[in-house]
Amino acid sequence: MNLSAKVSGNPQLRWALWAAIALLLLTLPFATEALFGRSWVRIIDIALLFVMLALGLNIVVGFAGLLDLGYIAFFAVGAYGYALLASPQFAVHWPFYVLLPLGAAAAAVFGILLGAPTLRLRGDYLAIVTLGFGEIIRVLLNNLNRPVNITNGPRGITLIDPIQLGGVSLAQTHEIAGITLPAVHNYYYVFLFCAVLTIAISLRLQHSRIGRAWMAIRDDELAASAMGIHTRNLKLLAFAMGATFGGVAGGLFASFQGFVSPASFHLIDSIMVLSMVVLGGMGNVAGVVLGAVLLTVLPEALRYIGPLQQRLLGEVLIDPADLRMLLFGLALVLMMLLRPEGLWPVRRRSAKAEAAHGR
Amino acid sequence: MSAPYLLEVCGLEVAYGGIRAVQGVDLAVASGEIVALIGANGAGKTTTLKALSGLLPPKSGSLRYEGADVTGKPAYHLVRKGLSLVPEGRGVFPRLTVAENLAMGAYIRNDRHEIRRDFDRVYALFARLAERREQLAGTLSGGEQQMLAIGRAMMSRPKLLLLDEPSMGLAPLMVQKIFETVRAIAAEGVTLLLVEQNAKLALETCSRGYVMESGRVVLADSAAALLASPQVRRAYLGE
Repeated sequence: MNLSAKVSGNPQLRWALWAAIALLLLTLPFATEALFGRSWVRIIDIALLFVMLALGLNIVVGFAGLLDLGYIAFFAVGAYGYALLASPQFAVHWPFYVLLPLGAAAAAVFGILLGAPTLRLRGDYLAIVTLGFGEIIRVLLNNLNRPVNITNGPRGITLIDPIQLGGVSLAQTHEIAGITLPAVHNYYYVFLFCAVLTIAISLRLQHSRIGRAWMAIRDDELAASAMGIHTRNLKLLAFAMGATFGGVAGGLFASFQGFVSPASFHLIDSIMVLSMVVLGGMGNVAGVVLGAVLLTVLPEALRYIGPLQQRLLGEVLIDPADLRMLLFGLALVLMMLLRPEGLWPVRRRSAKAEAAHGR
Repeated sequence: MSAPYLLEVCGLEVAYGGIRAVQGVDLAVASGEIVALIGANGAGKTTTLKALSGLLPPKSGSLRYEGADVTGKPAYHLVRKGLSLVPEGRGVFPRLTVAENLAMGAYIRNDRHEIRRDFDRVYALFARLAERREQLAGTLSGGEQQMLAIGRAMMSRPKLLLLDEPSMGLAPLMVQKIFETVRAIAAEGVTLLLVEQNAKLALETCSRGYVMESGRVVLADSAAALLASPQVRRAYLGE
């Protein structure tokens, strides 16, 4: 608290802090590879995709208060949009700068398709319908291989084109000024750029007139419409904007993996993204980013528990996969008891100011 | 002035599904008046106000505001024309600060300079809100929330303010305070239509009143006459 006050009060210190953060982020893949190996750079790439997803869902759930349990469907729409138009499946190979905006637009259309019939639903009822929507998209992808093969069914789509930047494929290792950049590093920088852009858009939205109107709808929809807010349009806008983030993340995911299948878009994945939003702190951009990074990185770190047991105890007593679910459940219970508003909630500062007011 | 009345309601009917909550209400409010709409629980007062402010579509009947037909026009249209509602049960945005709540009241406006002046006006009207401007609205007391709800509606610069049960659930002292403010707002030239269960206080504040019973207006008269009427005294003043 004291430190942050000092930093925000001093412009030079603030610049130094931002420069340090930028430097850290730019060198992160190299440091990670040196310390933990290349597989961890890949995990960080995935974490950045989840940052985008969680921020997209945060618009719908955190800002507008619309509980969406099928959010991963928009990720799927973006991923399959990219996969179908940049792979041997239809022998079409469109470039990423066409496909990513197209995927975003397609996801936005699906967002409105989901939003329009559910305008009058809230809370649990909305959750049920969105959950169904998410499953419909997955089941469709699973079964659209007959009678005409569109999605290739459960086998998924392979050999998806990587992103080509000016004739340079991100999937290959490049040598620039003596620095070796493998594929995971290349994608790291692209994902970092997109994630930072997503954060910037989220922050702008949060403090905009639209953002405040969403929060008003979240807090009291009737009072919000009494203020003259066009609640229908703003709710549809929240669905569309949230879906857009998901669609872009999906396209990036498809190009990064080179392979998509319906198995990547299960209900549990929607719940995971929602957990990131809730764990981090619904409605607070920084909290949501924290939640996304923690929930991507920590489960991976648990993989080391197995070999560690082997080394220390001579046998594996607890299966790491079981441990993951166990700790996840424990974390949820502890969060509910200790920090029900998330690790980094909105306006902790003003909560303190209120305590000082004696109320 | 072409229209004698600011708001004219003719044969208003509102239904929830098959249940007709309002079954033919006629009322009129002239510019500068304070008018009360009183009645027991479930008489249809709140439903009437919701229909007048465009939050519920009327089943039949007509609404005229400033001489123009506004039947079936949505709230976002009417708020821009200067018709604002302070909803029942206050309806503040609990997770927004006091200042942000007030800013939402000015949602339909974009004259920044004037909005800043209106903030000061509201803070002058409710000193308590000025002290708490950075506090979350959900942490205010009931009376403060009611002040905030009224102040927020004032931020839209209403010509006609519809107040739904401003005294509900408040301590007697706070009720007095709220009604003082209501009079102060009226003195600024805002026309008021006040729905109240506290019939005595409402009629003492207003010039005219309407009495509703099971979805219909059963009495309409000057406030003094209603206060003296044996029917009203028996039913609403506990005598």
